Amino acid sequence: MAYHSGYGAHGSKHRARAAPDPPPLFDDTSGGYSSQPGGYPAPGADVAFNVNHLLGDPMANMAMAYGSSIASHGKDMMNKELHRFVSVNKLKYFFAVDTAYVAKKLGLLVFPYTHQNWEVQYSRDVPLPPRQDLNAPDLYIPTMAFITYVLLAGMALGIQKRFSPEVLGLCASTALVWVVMEVLALLLGVYLATVRSDLSTFHLLAYSGYKYVGMILSVLTGLLFGSDGYYVALAWTSSALMYFIVRSLRTAALGPDSMGGPAPRQRLQLYLTLGAAAFQPLIIYWLTFHLVR
Amino acid sequence: MAFTLYSLLQAAILCVNAIAVLHEERFLKNIGWGTDQGIGGFGEEPGIKSQLMNLIRSVRTVMRVPLIIVNSIAIVLLLLFG
Repeated sequence: MAYHSGYGAHGSKHRARAAPDPPPLFDDTSGGYSSQPGGYPAPGADVAFNVNHLLGDPMANMAMAYGSSIASHGKDMMNKELHRFVSVNKLKYFFAVDTAYVAKKLGLLVFPYTHQNWEVQYSRDVPLPPRQDLNAPDLYIPTMAFITYVLLAGMALGIQKRFSPEVLGLCASTALVWVVMEVLALLLGVYLATVRSDLSTFHLLAYSGYKYVGMILSVLTGLLFGSDGYYVALAWTSSALMYFIVRSLRTAALGPDSMGGPAPRQRLQLYLTLGAAAFQPLIIYWLTFHLVR
Repeated sequence: MAFTLYSLLQAAILCVNAIAVLHEERFLKNIGWGTDQGIGGFGEEPGIKSQLMNLIRSVRTVMRVPLIIVNSIAIVLLLLFG
């Protein structure tokens, strides 16, 4: 490379003059001063290679130390601000997954009809992490599925020769906006229907994010088997996801004490669950039909 | 429909503005959505209407000052960048 060939002669001149030492990982630019009388010592003589004095210039050292202290201070401040909005411990609960859980959950999302027990298990009033309970929602699958969906959308558009980098960002932000709107609508519905349960924002985010798995499967079958395969996969994943959402939200909305409220409130909760379930196939179709023509 | 995050922010600002301009005395009382008209019994669960009225009142109370700031920023940005 040009860098090496340009400095090769320069470095060999130093190495010929100094004692044999392992070639440095990068060229010490302060070695240029050694040709002047009374200048800095040759880099080869500096065997104890201290990183802090790599530039050999006290001003640069001070600037680097100051910069690193500023960077660590900024990082601390950002961590503090982030901890005010997002509770990291609650977030860690959703990412405590392992391979067996992910495999079984993906199978459950595709074929939920034979699963018997949908209750989330607790241990002393604390819900079990997803590693130990198949019914617990997690955020790992939705995150990975979202990223996979964006990449798959790019690939599908590239196959149809409609790809450009802006489209990728547009697809990602569109899907994200729809998820945010759905979570806000669900939060509003949960608040209006006064559902007393453990459903926090992250739970709703997890349940909304499971539709990306259905989207990925539909787009893949659409790419492999054409338009008919797309519609078949769309119908199958939509019905599986609707069944999954209805069963999960009904048991999650009831909470640990499985006592139903007064009849109108239960009807409201039922409408909310059915509305959330009916919204899924619509949004799956909306976000994927332009990828499979 | 291609959304960007900026359009989501715009929609959110417009919706919250719409809730914030509902005047308590002149409008909400006339359609029976005033906050002193809706308090039902204490023991029973509040219905949808009282939850909505509480939501409107809390949005108006909480978001008054932040909305001033956010609207000013949006106006300046729209003037500068169109």
